[in-house]
Amino acid sequence: MTTTETPQKPSLPIVENFTRRAAVKGAFATLGAGAFVAAISPLRQAARNSSAAEFMQTHYSELSPEQKADVIARLEAEAKEKYDADVTIADDRPIPGTKFVYAINLSVCNGNGKCVEACHKENNHDRDTNQSYIRVIEMPKGTMDMEKGSTTYTGAVPKDDKFYLPVQCQQCDEPPCVDVCPVKATWKEEDGIVVVDYNWCIGCRYCEAACPYHARRFNWKKPEVPAKEVNPDQSYLSNRIRPVGVVEKCTYCLHRTRRGKLPACLEACPTGARVFGNILDPKSNIRWILENKRVYILKEELGTKPAFFYYFD
Amino acid sequence: MLRPTNLIFAATSILVVFMIAVVVSKRAGQDGLAPVAEDIRSGTRQELRPAADTGSSKASTTSATTRTHPVIIRQPDGPPRVKLTGFDPQGRSGEVACSTCHSVRQPNLENKTPETLDEFHQGLVVNHGKLACYACHNPEDSDSLKLADGTKVAYQDVMTMCSQCHGPQATAFAHGAHGGMNGHWDLTRGPQMKNNCVDCHDPHSPAYPKMMVGFKPKDRFNAPRADHHDHEGAESHDDH
Repeated sequence: MTTTETPQKPSLPIVENFTRRAAVKGAFATLGAGAFVAAISPLRQAARNSSAAEFMQTHYSELSPEQKADVIARLEAEAKEKYDADVTIADDRPIPGTKFVYAINLSVCNGNGKCVEACHKENNHDRDTNQSYIRVIEMPKGTMDMEKGSTTYTGAVPKDDKFYLPVQCQQCDEPPCVDVCPVKATWKEEDGIVVVDYNWCIGCRYCEAACPYHARRFNWKKPEVPAKEVNPDQSYLSNRIRPVGVVEKCTYCLHRTRRGKLPACLEACPTGARVFGNILDPKSNIRWILENKRVYILKEELGTKPAFFYYFD
Repeated sequence: MLRPTNLIFAATSILVVFMIAVVVSKRAGQDGLAPVAEDIRSGTRQELRPAADTGSSKASTTSATTRTHPVIIRQPDGPPRVKLTGFDPQGRSGEVACSTCHSVRQPNLENKTPETLDEFHQGLVVNHGKLACYACHNPEDSDSLKLADGTKVAYQDVMTMCSQCHGPQATAFAHGAHGGMNGHWDLTRGPQMKNNCVDCHDPHSPAYPKMMVGFKPKDRFNAPRADHHDHEGAESHDDH
């Protein structure tokens, strides 16, 4: 071959020597770029839903006191902006020497649902869905099988052949929900309360699936609470208004109980079926019940070791 | 021969030995500290013990140090007053004490139901065992109650009277396992308010009344699914 036979004549703007290999390479590069864009596209959503500060916020247990103060100030400002409510968000820590335990007298509970309503209001739940951490199950007498119960009963209670089983978070000592969390956004604190860092939760709902008591709730949409109905007395790990897409749960009203007060559901109970206290205090009401009443726990066979007892008398 | 590898080996071994030494000394330090910590702990225990002892000798000081707030049991205001339906010439509606009528009437100790009365109290619903009126009401002083042995009890102390028959409930009440409460579980931080018997139970008809269910959460899986007509894996029905 001679070089003279390839003159530098002007050609159309096409890729020269466009081989099959190059075509395949180009196609896969395009596919790869497309897949990458698709993969990071949720970030655009994230950028719209959360501020940079929220995006950069670290896990609750790793926050320094100054960072915590900043986070709380930001959350209070957000509550003002989104809900037009002046709230105070505290960071209530466990009281040393306490382990909270709940007991319910099923002979007395008549299923009126006042506890459900009190929880709804106290914990700033979504008004549209009547969300609450408590579910009262109407059970046929003679069984403890929760599958046989119903939560949709209405009318006058108690009905003759039924008893009523209020179920909420049992604050297990072996919490399955904590075990399954892939990001450690939920954990058990020293006073026995299982809490959620709502800003660390990724909303995978593994915990909701793992809980044998149906105690966890998922925020499918932004909770709607009218400004004048917002409970301004809030805590970071408790009843502050949760963002959309995270899991939430009963905290034994830690914003009340860690300040020595009784939980809202107990105060609302008109029948006096609910008893709350510190199991480490030998003189407490709850200890007297555990020592003198026939108490039992739900789904004992699962080994979750609930801090929630039921009794008949 | 000074090769770089030899130098590195020497440096690493020196570092390892040094680290071991540090760890061992730290352990030793902890061992040394442990008895001190134990002393501190036992010291506090001993400090606590005399305090508790003085507390038991002086009950008031204990209550001041450990139980700063009381458990307040609500009480009735006093003997019931009967509202009169009529008005006097000045337009006032009167209220009279039980003794206004009962001090001049002979008590019928046998009477058990309002049906046998020809005047007053006819509308009263009484469903409290087979008790006679004067099992609880005091025939000598109608503005007070009486125990089974005849001891006079003020209306404010009605719980004393209830407790003579309802002992298990009274025991449970004393331990917070019966009757509602409000306020604080931790009495060092605030008081606790408890209901009394007649706050929840009508003394004449003490069975707890039925209630209406007012509030229901709308669980997603309880809501009817209007748009959902795919019954794969579900029970079939003929509605559509």
